[in-house]
Amino acid sequence: MTAEAAKSLAHTIRVRALEMTSSGGGSHIGSIMGMADIIGVLYGSVMRLDPKNPTWPDRDRFILSKGHAGAAIYVALAERGFFDKKILDAYYTNGSIMSGHVSHKGVAGVELSTGSLGHGLPVAAGRAYALKQDGGKQRVFCVLSDGECDEGSNWEAFLFAGHHKLSNLVAIIDYNKIQSLQSTEDTLGLEPFADKFLSFKWDVVEVDGHDHAAIIKATDIVPTVDGKPRVVIAHTTKGKGVSFMENSVLWHYRTAKGEEFDAARAELGDA
Amino acid sequence: MRDLFLKTLMTEAAANKNAMLLTGDLGFGVLDPFIKAYPDRYLNVGVAEQNMIGLATGLAHEGRRVVAYSIGNFPTLRPLEQIRNDVLYHNADVKIVCVGGGFSYGALGMSHHATEDLSILRALPNLTMLTPATDQETIACTEYMMRHAGPCYLRLERSSAPIPAGGDDAPVEIGKVRTIREGQNITFIGAGGVLGAAIGAADLLEKGGLSTRVLSVHSLKPLDKDTIIRAAKDTEVLITVEENTVIGGLGGAIAEICMEAGVRVKFHRAGIPDTYTATVGDQNYLKDLYGLNAEALAQTAQKLLNRA
Repeated sequence: MTAEAAKSLAHTIRVRALEMTSSGGGSHIGSIMGMADIIGVLYGSVMRLDPKNPTWPDRDRFILSKGHAGAAIYVALAERGFFDKKILDAYYTNGSIMSGHVSHKGVAGVELSTGSLGHGLPVAAGRAYALKQDGGKQRVFCVLSDGECDEGSNWEAFLFAGHHKLSNLVAIIDYNKIQSLQSTEDTLGLEPFADKFLSFKWDVVEVDGHDHAAIIKATDIVPTVDGKPRVVIAHTTKGKGVSFMENSVLWHYRTAKGEEFDAARAELGDA
Repeated sequence: MRDLFLKTLMTEAAANKNAMLLTGDLGFGVLDPFIKAYPDRYLNVGVAEQNMIGLATGLAHEGRRVVAYSIGNFPTLRPLEQIRNDVLYHNADVKIVCVGGGFSYGALGMSHHATEDLSILRALPNLTMLTPATDQETIACTEYMMRHAGPCYLRLERSSAPIPAGGDDAPVEIGKVRTIREGQNITFIGAGGVLGAAIGAADLLEKGGLSTRVLSVHSLKPLDKDTIIRAAKDTEVLITVEENTVIGGLGGAIAEICMEAGVRVKFHRAGIPDTYTATVGDQNYLKDLYGLNAEALAQTAQKLLNRA
Protein backbone atom coordinates (compact mmCIF):
# COMPACT_ATOMS: atom_id res chain seq x y z
CA MET A 1 0.00 0.00 0.00
CA THR A 2 0.98 3.59 -0.46
CA ALA A 3 0.77 7.05 1.03
CA GLU A 4 -2.58 7.36 -0.73
CA ALA A 5 -3.97 4.42 1.22
CA ALA A 6 -2.59 5.91 4.43
CA LYS A 7 -4.14 9.28 3.65
CA SER A 8 -7.50 7.70 2.90
CA LEU A 9 -7.49 5.67 6.11
CA ALA A 10 -6.47 8.73 8.15
CA HIS A 11 -9.41 10.64 6.73
CA THR A 12 -11.81 7.84 7.58
CA ILE A 13 -10.40 7.68 11.12
CA ARG A 14 -11.08 11.39 11.60
CA VAL A 15 -14.63 11.21 10.23
CA ARG A 16 -15.69 8.04 12.01
CA ALA A 17 -14.04 8.98 15.32
CA LEU A 18 -15.79 12.35 15.18
CA GLU A 19 -19.10 10.55 14.66
CA MET A 20 -18.38 7.96 17.35
CA THR A 21 -17.30 10.41 20.01
CA SER A 22 -20.23 12.67 19.14
CA SER A 23 -22.92 10.01 19.31
CA GLY A 24 -21.35 8.03 22.15
CA GLY A 25 -20.32 11.09 24.10
CA GLY A 26 -16.64 10.22 24.38
CA SER A 27 -13.84 12.73 24.58
CA HIS A 28 -10.23 13.06 23.38
CA ILE A 29 -11.22 13.89 19.82
CA GLY A 30 -8.33 16.37 19.63
CA SER A 31 -5.85 13.59 20.42
CA ILE A 32 -7.44 11.33 17.84
CA MET A 33 -7.40 13.96 15.09
CA GLY A 34 -3.78 14.78 15.77
CA MET A 35 -2.70 11.14 15.67
CA ALA A 36 -4.88 10.05 12.73
CA ASP A 37 -2.17 10.34 10.09
CA ILE A 38 0.27 8.21 12.09
CA ILE A 39 -2.34 5.50 12.56
CA GLY A 40 -3.39 5.82 8.92
CA VAL A 41 0.20 5.15 7.86
CA LEU A 42 0.74 2.21 10.20
CA TYR A 43 -2.54 0.42 9.53
CA GLY A 44 -2.96 1.60 5.94
CA SER A 45 0.55 1.16 4.67
CA VAL A 46 3.40 -0.01 6.88
CA MET A 47 2.32 -2.85 9.14
CA ARG A 48 2.13 -6.46 8.02
CA LEU A 49 -1.22 -7.72 9.25
CA ASP A 50 -3.76 -10.39 8.45
CA PRO A 51 -7.25 -9.20 9.38
CA LYS A 52 -8.59 -12.72 8.92
CA ASN A 53 -6.04 -14.02 11.40
CA PRO A 54 -5.53 -11.33 14.06
CA THR A 55 -2.99 -13.43 15.98
CA TRP A 56 -0.97 -14.41 12.89
CA PRO A 57 2.48 -15.06 14.39
CA ASP A 58 4.33 -13.16 11.66
CA ARG A 59 2.30 -9.97 12.02
CA ASP A 60 3.80 -6.71 13.16
CA ARG A 61 2.71 -5.79 16.68
CA PHE A 62 1.04 -2.50 17.50
CA ILE A 63 0.56 -1.02 20.94
CA LEU A 64 -1.24 2.25 21.56
CA SER A 65 0.16 3.57 24.80
CA LYS A 66 -1.95 6.73 24.67
CA GLY A 67 -5.05 4.62 25.14
CA HIS A 68 -7.36 7.63 25.34
CA ALA A 69 -7.17 7.91 21.56
CA GLY A 70 -8.41 4.34 21.21
CA ALA A 71 -11.27 5.23 18.89
CA ALA A 72 -8.68 5.75 16.15
CA ILE A 73 -7.51 2.15 16.54
CA TYR A 74 -11.02 0.78 16.56
CA VAL A 75 -11.72 2.56 13.26
CA ALA A 76 -8.44 1.42 11.70
CA LEU A 77 -9.09 -2.20 12.67
CA ALA A 78 -12.67 -2.11 11.42
CA GLU A 79 -11.59 -0.50 8.16
CA ARG A 80 -8.95 -3.18 7.67
CA GLY A 81 -11.59 -5.86 8.22
CA PHE A 82 -10.68 -7.16 11.66
CA PHE A 83 -14.32 -6.84 12.67
CA ASP A 84 -17.64 -5.54 11.39
CA LYS A 85 -17.70 -1.75 11.01
CA LYS A 86 -21.16 -1.69 12.59
CA ILE A 87 -19.57 -2.57 15.94
CA LEU A 88 -18.11 0.96 15.97
CA ASP A 89 -21.60 2.36 16.47
CA ALA A 90 -21.55 0.93 19.99
CA TYR A 91 -18.53 3.07 20.97
CA TYR A 92 -18.85 4.42 24.53
CA THR A 93 -22.32 2.94 24.99
CA ASN A 94 -23.55 0.93 27.95
CA GLY A 95 -23.04 -2.80 27.69
CA SER A 96 -20.72 -2.61 24.66
CA ILE A 97 -17.12 -3.72 24.18
CA MET A 98 -15.97 -0.36 22.72
CA SER A 99 -14.57 1.47 25.74
CA GLY A 100 -13.26 5.02 25.57
CA HIS A 101 -9.73 3.80 26.25
CA VAL A 102 -8.59 1.04 23.96
CA SER A 103 -9.41 -2.48 25.16
CA HIS A 104 -8.56 -5.90 23.77
CA LYS A 105 -11.52 -7.62 25.40
CA GLY A 106 -13.64 -8.90 22.55
CA VAL A 107 -11.98 -6.58 20.02
CA ALA A 108 -9.97 -8.49 17.42
CA GLY A 109 -6.61 -6.95 16.59
CA VAL A 110 -6.03 -4.95 19.78
CA GLU A 111 -2.77 -6.21 21.26
CA LEU A 112 -2.90 -4.37 24.58
CA SER A 113 -5.51 -2.58 26.62
CA THR A 114 -4.22 0.75 27.85
CA GLY A 115 -5.55 3.95 29.33
CA SER A 116 -3.23 4.63 32.21
CA LEU A 117 -0.19 6.32 30.69
CA GLY A 118 3.30 4.88 30.71
CA HIS A 119 2.25 1.25 30.26
CA GLY A 120 2.63 0.62 26.54
CA LEU A 121 6.35 0.95 25.93
CA PRO A 122 7.52 -1.53 28.60
CA VAL A 123 5.16 -4.16 27.17
CA ALA A 124 6.26 -3.32 23.64
CA ALA A 125 9.88 -3.70 24.72
CA GLY A 126 9.13 -7.12 26.21
CA ARG A 127 7.55 -8.23 22.94
CA ALA A 128 10.44 -6.83 20.92
CA TYR A 129 12.98 -8.58 23.14
CA ALA A 130 11.26 -11.95 22.72
CA LEU A 131 10.74 -11.57 18.97
CA LYS A 132 14.33 -10.54 18.42
CA GLN A 133 15.59 -13.40 20.55
CA ASP A 134 13.50 -15.79 18.44
CA GLY A 135 15.02 -14.36 15.26
CA GLY A 136 11.69 -13.17 13.89
CA LYS A 137 11.16 -10.46 11.30
CA GLN A 138 8.22 -8.93 13.11
CA ARG A 139 8.38 -5.35 14.25
CA VAL A 140 6.79 -3.74 17.27
CA PHE A 141 5.27 -0.29 16.93
CA CYS A 142 4.27 1.74 19.95
CA VAL A 143 2.59 5.14 19.79
CA LEU A 144 3.04 7.39 22.81
CA SER A 145 1.77 10.84 23.60
CA ASP A 146 4.17 13.63 24.45
CA GLY A 147 2.52 14.22 27.82
CA GLU A 148 3.01 10.62 28.83
CA CYS A 149 6.76 11.10 28.52
CA ASP A 150 6.38 12.59 32.01
CA GLU A 151 5.92 9.00 33.24
CA GLY A 152 9.05 7.44 34.69
CA SER A 153 8.10 3.97 33.51
CA ASN A 154 8.64 5.11 29.91
CA TRP A 155 12.18 6.15 30.69
CA GLU A 156 12.85 2.80 32.32
CA ALA A 157 11.75 1.23 29.05
CA PHE A 158 13.71 3.68 26.88
CA LEU A 159 16.81 2.82 28.89
CA PHE A 160 16.14 -0.91 28.57
CA ALA A 161 15.44 -0.90 24.83
CA GLY A 162 18.52 1.17 24.05
CA HIS A 163 20.74 -1.02 26.19
CA HIS A 164 19.42 -4.21 24.62
CA LYS A 165 19.57 -2.82 21.07
CA LEU A 166 15.95 -3.65 20.27
CA SER A 167 16.25 -2.79 16.60
CA ASN A 168 12.80 -4.20 15.88
CA LEU A 169 11.12 -1.63 18.11
CA VAL A 170 9.73 1.70 16.95
CA ALA A 171 8.35 4.27 19.37
CA ILE A 172 6.37 7.01 17.68
CA ILE A 173 5.73 10.06 19.79
CA ASP A 174 2.72 12.13 18.92
CA TYR A 175 4.36 15.45 19.71
CA ASN A 176 1.49 17.92 19.57
CA LYS A 177 3.02 19.91 22.43
CA ILE A 178 -0.20 20.08 24.41
CA GLN A 179 -0.99 17.87 27.36
CA SER A 180 -3.96 17.53 29.64
CA LEU A 181 -4.01 20.98 31.21
CA GLN A 182 -1.52 23.07 29.28
CA SER A 183 1.45 22.97 26.94
CA THR A 184 4.16 20.38 27.47
CA GLU A 185 6.76 23.11 27.79
CA ASP A 186 4.81 24.82 30.57
CA THR A 187 4.21 21.51 32.35
CA LEU A 188 7.48 19.60 32.25
CA GLY A 189 9.61 20.78 29.36
CA LEU A 190 10.65 17.91 27.10
CA GLU A 191 13.25 19.82 25.10
CA PRO A 192 15.88 19.05 24.07
CA PHE A 193 13.75 16.03 23.24
CA ALA A 194 15.73 14.30 20.49
CA ASP A 195 18.93 14.57 22.53
CA LYS A 196 17.36 12.59 25.33
CA PHE A 197 16.77 9.62 23.04
CA LEU A 198 20.22 9.89 21.49
CA SER A 199 21.74 9.71 24.95
CA PHE A 200 19.54 6.68 25.68
CA LYS A 201 21.12 4.97 22.64
CA TRP A 202 18.11 5.26 20.33
CA ASP A 203 18.06 6.17 16.67
CA VAL A 204 16.04 9.38 16.33
CA VAL A 205 14.06 10.70 13.38
CA GLU A 206 11.90 13.82 13.42
CA VAL A 207 9.04 14.08 10.94
CA ASP A 208 6.00 16.13 10.13
CA GLY A 209 3.38 13.91 11.72
CA HIS A 210 0.86 14.73 9.01
CA ASP A 211 3.14 13.94 6.05
CA HIS A 212 2.21 10.38 5.14
CA ALA A 213 5.18 9.76 2.89
CA ALA A 214 7.56 11.02 5.58
CA ILE A 215 6.01 8.82 8.27
CA ILE A 216 6.20 5.80 5.98
CA LYS A 217 9.87 6.51 5.33
CA ALA A 218 10.59 6.88 9.04
CA THR A 219 8.84 3.71 10.11
CA ASP A 220 9.13 1.23 7.28
CA ILE A 221 12.90 0.85 7.35
CA VAL A 222 12.80 -0.90 10.68
CA PRO A 223 14.65 -2.98 11.77
CA THR A 224 17.28 -0.34 11.56
CA VAL A 225 20.66 -1.22 10.16
CA ASP A 226 22.61 0.17 13.08
CA GLY A 227 20.98 -2.11 15.63
CA LYS A 228 19.19 0.51 17.67
CA PRO A 229 15.56 0.99 18.51
CA ARG A 230 14.06 3.89 16.62
CA VAL A 231 12.06 6.77 17.98
CA VAL A 232 10.06 8.85 15.55
CA ILE A 233 9.29 12.26 16.98
CA ALA A 234 6.20 13.14 14.98
CA HIS A 235 5.45 16.85 15.12
CA THR A 236 1.68 17.04 15.03
CA THR A 237 -1.12 19.49 15.51
CA LYS A 238 -3.61 18.46 18.13
CA GLY A 239 -7.10 18.47 16.58
CA LYS A 240 -5.64 18.47 13.04
CA GLY A 241 -8.27 18.84 10.33
CA VAL A 242 -10.85 20.88 12.24
CA SER A 243 -9.81 24.51 12.60
CA PHE A 244 -11.52 25.21 15.91
CA MET A 245 -10.13 22.05 17.50
CA GLU A 246 -6.54 22.69 16.45
CA ASN A 247 -4.01 23.44 19.19
CA SER A 248 -6.75 23.60 21.77
CA VAL A 249 -6.60 22.12 25.27
CA LEU A 250 -10.40 22.29 25.40
CA TRP A 251 -10.76 19.65 22.69
CA HIS A 252 -8.87 17.15 24.75
CA TYR A 253 -12.12 16.86 26.68
CA ARG A 254 -14.95 18.36 24.66
CA THR A 255 -17.40 16.36 22.61
CA ALA A 256 -18.63 17.86 19.34
CA LYS A 257 -22.40 18.06 19.38
CA GLY A 258 -25.03 19.75 17.20
CA GLU A 259 -23.65 22.72 15.26
CA GLU A 260 -20.12 21.98 16.41
CA PHE A 261 -20.38 18.49 15.01
CA ASP A 262 -21.82 19.77 11.73
CA ALA A 263 -19.06 22.34 11.40
CA ALA A 264 -16.34 19.81 12.17
CA ARG A 265 -17.80 17.27 9.78
CA ALA A 266 -18.02 19.87 7.03
CA GLU A 267 -14.39 20.89 7.51
CA LEU A 268 -13.21 17.31 7.21
CA GLY A 269 -14.98 17.05 3.85
CA ASP A 270 -14.83 13.97 1.69
CA ALA A 271 -11.83 11.73 1.26
CA MET B 1 12.67 -21.77 51.34
CA ARG B 2 14.38 -19.41 48.92
CA ASP B 3 16.96 -21.99 47.86
CA LEU B 4 14.31 -24.68 47.55
CA PHE B 5 12.34 -22.36 45.29
CA LEU B 6 15.34 -21.88 43.05
CA LYS B 7 16.14 -25.57 42.95
CA THR B 8 12.57 -26.37 41.94
CA LEU B 9 12.57 -23.55 39.40
CA MET B 10 15.71 -25.04 37.82
CA THR B 11 14.01 -28.40 37.42
CA GLU B 12 10.91 -26.81 35.94
CA ALA B 13 12.99 -24.67 33.59
CA ALA B 14 14.70 -27.80 32.31
CA ALA B 15 11.30 -29.16 31.36
CA ASN B 16 9.93 -25.96 29.83
CA LYS B 17 12.14 -24.03 27.44
CA ASN B 18 9.76 -21.07 27.57
CA ALA B 19 10.40 -20.51 31.26
CA MET B 20 12.26 -17.27 31.82
CA LEU B 21 13.56 -15.44 34.88
CA LEU B 22 13.62 -11.66 35.29
CA THR B 23 15.11 -9.95 38.30
CA GLY B 24 15.01 -6.35 39.36
CA ASP B 25 18.72 -6.39 40.14
CA LEU B 26 18.32 -8.52 43.26
CA GLY B 27 19.18 -12.08 44.25
CA PHE B 28 22.95 -11.80 44.67
CA GLY B 29 24.41 -15.30 44.64
CA VAL B 30 21.00 -16.93 44.86
CA LEU B 31 20.25 -16.86 41.15
CA ASP B 32 23.70 -17.96 39.98
CA PRO B 33 22.76 -21.58 39.18
CA PHE B 34 19.93 -20.41 36.93
CA ILE B 35 22.11 -17.79 35.24
CA LYS B 36 24.79 -20.40 34.52
CA ALA B 37 22.35 -23.01 33.25
CA TYR B 38 20.08 -20.73 31.23
CA PRO B 39 21.88 -17.51 30.32
CA ASP B 40 19.48 -16.83 27.45
CA ARG B 41 16.47 -17.17 29.69
CA TYR B 42 17.70 -14.85 32.39
CA LEU B 43 17.43 -11.11 32.34
CA ASN B 44 18.47 -8.57 34.94
CA VAL B 45 16.25 -5.66 33.99
CA GLY B 46 17.88 -3.29 36.41
CA VAL B 47 16.33 -1.39 39.27
CA ALA B 48 13.15 -0.73 37.33
CA GLU B 49 10.21 -2.69 38.61
CA GLN B 50 7.48 -0.97 36.63
CA ASN B 51 9.35 -1.79 33.45
CA MET B 52 10.02 -5.31 34.72
CA ILE B 53 6.32 -6.10 35.01
CA GLY B 54 5.54 -4.46 31.66
CA LEU B 55 8.39 -6.38 30.02
CA ALA B 56 7.15 -9.58 31.65
CA THR B 57 3.73 -9.00 30.11
CA GLY B 58 5.21 -8.42 26.68
CA LEU B 59 7.43 -11.50 26.95
CA ALA B 60 4.45 -13.55 28.09
CA HIS B 61 2.48 -12.32 25.11
CA GLU B 62 5.19 -13.82 22.93
CA GLY B 63 4.95 -17.21 24.57
CA ARG B 64 7.26 -16.99 27.55
CA ARG B 65 6.37 -18.15 31.05
CA VAL B 66 7.96 -15.32 32.98
CA VAL B 67 9.09 -15.25 36.59
CA ALA B 68 9.55 -11.67 37.84
CA TYR B 69 11.71 -11.83 40.94
CA SER B 70 12.55 -9.28 43.57
CA ILE B 71 12.34 -8.70 47.30
CA GLY B 72 9.89 -7.11 49.70
CA ASN B 73 7.44 -4.70 48.13
CA PHE B 74 9.54 -4.06 45.03
CA PRO B 75 7.81 -6.57 42.70
CA THR B 76 4.33 -5.86 44.10
CA LEU B 77 3.46 -2.45 45.46
CA ARG B 78 5.95 -0.51 43.35
CA PRO B 79 4.51 -1.75 40.03
CA LEU B 80 1.00 -2.39 41.35
CA GLU B 81 -0.77 -0.80 38.41
CA GLN B 82 1.38 -2.74 35.92
CA ILE B 83 0.29 -5.89 37.74
CA ARG B 84 -3.35 -4.86 37.57
CA ASN B 85 -3.61 -3.40 34.06
CA ASP B 86 -0.92 -5.31 32.18
CA VAL B 87 -0.57 -8.72 33.79
CA LEU B 88 -3.98 -9.37 35.29
CA TYR B 89 -6.36 -7.71 32.84
CA HIS B 90 -4.59 -9.60 30.06
CA ASN B 91 -4.27 -12.80 32.06
CA ALA B 92 -0.61 -12.84 31.06
CA ASP B 93 1.58 -15.79 32.01
CA VAL B 94 3.59 -13.87 34.59
CA LYS B 95 4.69 -15.19 37.96
CA ILE B 96 5.53 -12.52 40.49
CA VAL B 97 7.88 -13.84 43.13
CA CYS B 98 8.58 -11.90 46.30
CA VAL B 99 11.39 -13.11 48.45
CA GLY B 100 11.12 -11.58 51.86
CA GLY B 101 7.47 -11.71 52.85
CA GLY B 102 6.54 -10.11 56.15
CA PHE B 103 9.49 -9.14 58.33
CA SER B 104 12.06 -11.33 56.52
CA TYR B 105 14.20 -8.23 56.09
CA GLY B 106 13.13 -6.87 59.46
CA ALA B 107 16.16 -4.88 60.56
CA LEU B 108 16.48 -3.18 57.17
CA GLY B 109 13.52 -1.06 58.14
CA MET B 110 10.00 -0.22 57.15
CA SER B 111 10.73 0.08 53.42
CA HIS B 112 11.61 -3.63 53.41
CA HIS B 113 8.64 -4.88 55.44
CA ALA B 114 6.27 -6.67 53.03
CA THR B 115 3.36 -6.44 55.39
CA GLU B 116 0.39 -5.36 53.27
CA ASP B 117 0.94 -7.33 50.06
CA LEU B 118 -1.49 -10.11 50.95
CA SER B 119 -4.30 -7.63 51.56
CA ILE B 120 -3.67 -5.46 48.55
CA LEU B 121 -3.05 -8.20 46.01
CA ARG B 122 -5.98 -10.27 47.27
CA ALA B 123 -8.32 -7.59 45.94
CA LEU B 124 -7.07 -8.05 42.38
CA PRO B 125 -8.99 -10.41 40.05
CA ASN B 126 -7.23 -13.16 38.04
CA LEU B 127 -4.34 -13.61 40.48
CA THR B 128 -3.50 -16.94 42.06
CA MET B 129 -1.78 -16.27 45.39
CA LEU B 130 0.56 -18.84 46.90
CA THR B 131 1.89 -18.47 50.43
CA PRO B 132 3.85 -21.60 51.34
CA ALA B 133 4.93 -22.22 54.93
CA THR B 134 6.94 -25.43 54.66
CA ASP B 135 9.50 -27.05 52.39
CA GLN B 136 6.97 -29.35 50.76
CA GLU B 137 4.60 -26.46 50.19
CA THR B 138 7.39 -24.38 48.67
CA ILE B 139 8.21 -27.14 46.21
CA ALA B 140 4.55 -27.82 45.38
CA CYS B 141 3.69 -24.14 44.94
CA THR B 142 6.68 -23.54 42.68
CA GLU B 143 5.87 -26.62 40.61
CA TYR B 144 2.24 -25.62 40.30
CA MET B 145 3.15 -22.09 39.30
CA MET B 146 5.56 -23.24 36.62
CA ARG B 147 3.18 -25.87 35.22
CA HIS B 148 0.09 -23.71 34.88
CA ALA B 149 -0.50 -20.76 32.58
CA GLY B 150 -1.68 -17.48 34.03
CA PRO B 151 -0.81 -14.86 36.61
CA CYS B 152 0.51 -15.97 39.95
CA TYR B 153 1.99 -14.43 43.07
CA LEU B 154 4.41 -16.46 45.17
CA ARG B 155 5.36 -15.06 48.56
CA LEU B 156 8.54 -16.55 49.95
CA GLU B 157 10.64 -16.04 53.00
CA ARG B 158 14.22 -17.01 53.55
CA SER B 159 13.34 -19.99 55.76
CA SER B 160 10.40 -22.33 56.02
CA ALA B 161 8.45 -22.77 59.24
CA PRO B 162 10.14 -25.20 61.62
CA ILE B 163 7.98 -28.27 61.63
CA PRO B 164 8.22 -31.53 63.59
CA ALA B 165 9.30 -34.70 61.79
CA GLY B 166 6.50 -36.09 59.70
CA GLY B 167 4.54 -32.83 59.95
CA ASP B 168 5.21 -31.88 56.36
CA ASP B 169 4.26 -35.20 54.78
CA ALA B 170 0.63 -34.55 53.84
CA PRO B 171 0.09 -33.95 50.12
CA VAL B 172 -0.08 -30.32 49.00
CA GLU B 173 -3.02 -29.55 46.78
CA ILE B 174 -3.23 -26.02 45.38
CA GLY B 175 -6.62 -24.50 46.13
CA LYS B 176 -7.00 -26.60 49.27
CA VAL B 177 -6.19 -25.75 52.83
CA ARG B 178 -3.70 -28.24 54.23
CA THR B 179 -4.23 -29.83 57.58
CA ILE B 180 -0.91 -29.92 59.42
CA ARG B 181 -2.45 -31.45 62.51
CA GLU B 182 -5.94 -32.36 63.68
CA GLY B 183 -7.60 -30.95 66.78
CA GLN B 184 -11.05 -30.44 68.27
CA ASN B 185 -10.93 -27.40 70.60
CA ILE B 186 -8.97 -24.71 68.82
CA THR B 187 -7.94 -24.02 65.23
CA PHE B 188 -5.01 -21.96 64.05
CA ILE B 189 -5.03 -21.00 60.38
CA GLY B 190 -1.69 -19.69 59.15
CA ALA B 191 -0.12 -18.51 55.92
CA GLY B 192 3.63 -18.50 55.34
CA GLY B 193 6.51 -19.16 57.69
CA VAL B 194 4.69 -17.69 60.67
CA LEU B 195 2.73 -20.94 60.70
CA GLY B 196 5.66 -22.19 62.78
CA ALA B 197 4.42 -20.02 65.67
CA ALA B 198 0.98 -21.61 65.37
CA ILE B 199 2.49 -25.09 65.52
CA GLY B 200 4.45 -24.07 68.62
CA ALA B 201 1.29 -22.68 70.19
CA ALA B 202 -0.54 -25.91 69.41
CA ASP B 203 2.19 -27.85 71.22
CA LEU B 204 1.79 -25.67 74.31
CA LEU B 205 -2.00 -25.95 74.27
CA GLU B 206 -1.88 -29.71 73.79
CA LYS B 207 0.27 -29.94 76.90
CA GLY B 208 -2.56 -28.20 78.73
CA GLY B 209 -5.00 -30.72 77.36
CA LEU B 210 -6.45 -28.61 74.56
CA SER B 211 -6.71 -30.36 71.25
CA THR B 212 -5.50 -27.89 68.59
CA ARG B 213 -5.91 -28.03 64.84
CA VAL B 214 -3.37 -26.31 62.59
CA LEU B 215 -4.24 -25.46 59.01
CA SER B 216 -1.85 -24.07 56.41
CA VAL B 217 -3.20 -21.74 53.75
CA HIS B 218 -0.52 -22.16 51.10
CA SER B 219 -3.11 -21.11 48.56
CA LEU B 220 -4.61 -17.81 49.71
CA LYS B 221 -6.38 -17.39 46.42
CA PRO B 222 -8.27 -19.47 45.49
CA LEU B 223 -9.16 -20.24 49.09
CA ASP B 224 -10.67 -23.52 50.24
CA LYS B 225 -13.90 -22.49 51.97
CA ASP B 226 -15.02 -25.99 52.96
CA THR B 227 -12.05 -26.79 55.18
CA ILE B 228 -12.33 -23.40 56.88
CA ILE B 229 -16.06 -23.66 57.52
CA ARG B 230 -15.58 -27.18 58.86
CA ALA B 231 -12.92 -25.93 61.28
CA ALA B 232 -15.18 -23.07 62.37
CA LYS B 233 -17.92 -25.58 63.08
CA ASP B 234 -15.71 -28.28 64.65
CA THR B 235 -13.72 -26.12 67.05
CA GLU B 236 -14.70 -23.40 69.48
CA VAL B 237 -11.91 -20.95 68.64
CA LEU B 238 -10.51 -19.84 65.30
CA ILE B 239 -7.31 -17.80 65.13
CA THR B 240 -5.72 -16.63 61.92
CA VAL B 241 -1.97 -16.07 61.90
CA GLU B 242 -0.19 -13.99 59.29
CA GLU B 243 2.89 -11.81 58.95
CA ASN B 244 0.74 -9.16 57.30
CA THR B 245 -1.60 -6.43 58.39
CA VAL B 246 -4.73 -7.78 60.06
CA ILE B 247 -6.76 -5.71 57.62
CA GLY B 248 -7.94 -7.59 54.56
CA GLY B 249 -5.35 -10.36 54.35
CA LEU B 250 -5.69 -13.94 55.56
CA GLY B 251 -7.71 -12.94 58.63
CA GLY B 252 -10.02 -10.81 56.55
CA ALA B 253 -10.52 -13.59 54.05
CA ILE B 254 -11.39 -16.14 56.74
CA ALA B 255 -13.74 -13.70 58.47
CA GLU B 256 -15.55 -13.10 55.20
CA ILE B 257 -16.02 -16.82 54.67
CA CYS B 258 -17.28 -17.49 58.20
CA MET B 259 -19.67 -14.53 58.23
CA GLU B 260 -21.15 -15.40 54.87
CA ALA B 261 -21.53 -19.04 55.90
CA GLY B 262 -23.31 -17.92 59.08
CA VAL B 263 -20.89 -19.80 61.31
CA ARG B 264 -20.45 -18.42 64.82
CA VAL B 265 -17.01 -19.00 66.27
CA LYS B 266 -14.73 -17.21 68.72
CA PHE B 267 -12.40 -15.46 66.33
CA HIS B 268 -9.13 -13.53 66.42
CA ARG B 269 -6.84 -12.19 63.75
CA ALA B 270 -3.21 -12.43 64.83
CA GLY B 271 -1.02 -10.29 62.65
CA ILE B 272 0.37 -6.81 62.36
CA PRO B 273 -1.86 -4.04 63.70
CA ASP B 274 -2.79 -1.05 61.55
CA THR B 275 0.59 0.63 61.85
CA TYR B 276 4.05 0.90 60.31
CA THR B 277 6.91 -0.56 62.26
CA ALA B 278 9.63 1.92 63.11
CA THR B 279 11.18 -0.26 65.79
CA VAL B 280 14.39 -1.90 64.57
CA GLY B 281 14.63 -5.65 64.87
CA ASP B 282 15.14 -8.92 63.07
CA GLN B 283 12.24 -11.09 61.93
CA ASN B 284 11.80 -12.93 65.23
CA TYR B 285 12.11 -9.75 67.27
CA LEU B 286 9.41 -8.01 65.26
CA LYS B 287 7.17 -11.06 65.31
CA ASP B 288 7.49 -11.09 69.11
CA LEU B 289 6.60 -7.41 69.17
CA TYR B 290 3.19 -8.24 67.72
CA GLY B 291 2.61 -11.48 69.56
CA LEU B 292 3.35 -13.68 66.60
CA ASN B 293 5.04 -16.38 68.65
CA ALA B 294 3.98 -19.65 70.25
CA GLU B 295 3.50 -18.31 73.78
CA ALA B 296 1.45 -15.27 72.83
CA LEU B 297 -0.73 -17.23 70.40
CA ALA B 298 -1.36 -19.93 73.03
CA GLN B 299 -2.37 -17.26 75.53
CA THR B 300 -4.69 -15.62 73.04
CA ALA B 301 -6.32 -18.97 72.33
CA GLN B 302 -6.74 -19.69 76.02
CA LYS B 303 -8.35 -16.29 76.66
CA LEU B 304 -10.75 -16.68 73.77
CA LEU B 305 -11.71 -20.14 74.91
CA ASN B 306 -12.46 -18.91 78.40
CA ARG B 307 -14.50 -15.96 77.14
CA ALA B 308 -18.20 -16.32 77.72
